Amino acid sequence: MDNHVPTQDSIVTVHNLTFSRGEKKIFDDISLEFERGKVTAIMGPSGTGKTTLLKLIGGQLFPDHGSIMVSGRNIHHLKHDDLYALRKRMGMLFQSGALLTDMSVFENVAYPLREHTQLPESMIRTLVLMKLEAVGLRGARNLMPNELSGGMARRVALARAIALDPMMILYDEPFTGQDPISMGALVHLIKALNTTLGLTSIIVSHDVHETAAIADYIYVLSEGKVIGQGTPKEIFDSPSLWVQQFMNGAADGPVHFHYPAKNYMEDLLHSEKPIFSRQRPPSDRTSKRKRYS
Amino acid sequence: MEFFQNLGASTRSSFTKLGRGSYFLVHLLAGISSVLVRPHLLLKQLHSVGVLSFLIISISGLFVGMVLGLQGFYILSRFGAEETLGVMVAASLVRELGPVVTALLFAGRAGSALTAEIGLMKATEQLSGMEMMAIDPIKRIISPRFLAGFLSMPLLAALFSCVGIIGGQLVGTGLLGVDDGAYWSQMQANLDFQGDIINGVIKSIVFGFVTSWIALFEGYDSIPTAEGVSRATTRTVVNSAFSILGLDFILTALMFGDN
Repeated sequence: MDNHVPTQDSIVTVHNLTFSRGEKKIFDDISLEFERGKVTAIMGPSGTGKTTLLKLIGGQLFPDHGSIMVSGRNIHHLKHDDLYALRKRMGMLFQSGALLTDMSVFENVAYPLREHTQLPESMIRTLVLMKLEAVGLRGARNLMPNELSGGMARRVALARAIALDPMMILYDEPFTGQDPISMGALVHLIKALNTTLGLTSIIVSHDVHETAAIADYIYVLSEGKVIGQGTPKEIFDSPSLWVQQFMNGAADGPVHFHYPAKNYMEDLLHSEKPIFSRQRPPSDRTSKRKRYS
Repeated sequence: MEFFQNLGASTRSSFTKLGRGSYFLVHLLAGISSVLVRPHLLLKQLHSVGVLSFLIISISGLFVGMVLGLQGFYILSRFGAEETLGVMVAASLVRELGPVVTALLFAGRAGSALTAEIGLMKATEQLSGMEMMAIDPIKRIISPRFLAGFLSMPLLAALFSCVGIIGGQLVGTGLLGVDDGAYWSQMQANLDFQGDIINGVIKSIVFGFVTSWIALFEGYDSIPTAEGVSRATTRTVVNSAFSILGLDFILTALMFGDN
């Protein structure tokens, strides 16, 4: 399925990317294109490495093979200063919001402006209020992050992400755990910001209908491969059983409901160790060693 | 065979961690110059790491000094040398107990708090968020805390020793009848500025460096889960205690070996 034809106007190009964690291959030679000015969604079941892909695009992780070009430059070949200069033009909305907990809403949004510009305080105030107004939270500027609901925290994080007027925003699961009103507000906001500010948006999500409602193009990932790609309509009409299972939320299908295990009856009838054994199974010890190495 | 495999794996992971810790140290030391440009970051941390430790250090110093006064008096009185109680209390505090006990208390109070704070910032993606805003978290978060810990330790150790000497005097002269003038004059006459006080200060500087490094690295290197942060906090206290006591032996052997 990795046959998407590169376009001239791509802001991010992922080329033959392979990435592994330990022995598990997260991405296996995938290629993706993210077009400038569009909303592109990356969808797939939990654990397919969608967030990892955003961290690779942001230069926080390094691929095993392949390249990621952002705005025409290989992000993993950039020097520290060049990488940080490029990141100033990228915003990222984390799943948790990632607001700094010792600062108020106002200070959180002002933080990148204070760090990267020499603007006078009056102008910073104006800019922060404009960004907060855009996400509907100008009135919450004096609240602390622990006083915000999950949806409000994400909107503040969105205001912070657009503080430096970036060229693109990476959204990590923006709709997860939101009530219908917050979700509706976020869906509207992401689309509106993309249109009015001329941004490029990359959304990682498994909320099918909300994402499909605003995406111009969708990639569906599973088990390290691109299993489907196209406009939302093409994805919904896809003949692929994998894509259909994901889009329709079927519990079983090509992507199995059960994690791989040995035969159920055999497993029930042969107990391996006492439940409260102090010793961990050997596989667990191995994984712990790897985790620390 | 599995025993040797585990031994090899744990040795390898220890050295890997030491390498990561050293790299982290170089990075944070390089970030100190940016802290000097933003002194408000340092002042805020000096308050939370240093000033908020005043009470525990003062109270502990007072009791340690009082116990030294009691124990010292009972031993010295066997030899008819009660008048030298001031020297004994002050030398014990300035050379050993001041730097060592302060460092242990610092690791328990401020070190564990630093690890938990950095670990939770990692778990809640605040550090990743800063990186994606093109703000280096080592420069803005880690280096100010390191510098605050490094600067606070000698001052806290000095406070501990001073309060301890007063505690020793309260017990020695107030309770046990040692002459007040003898307590202070013997101390003045027999305590060497270079040999005792400066060496004690050097110890506390070394302990401040090591404890702050361990606390911050454990937080930064923690597994970003509740269990991971909890384990990292424990490791900070345990590793700091081992490092402080081990280094104390080495420094004492180097400083006071000829006496």
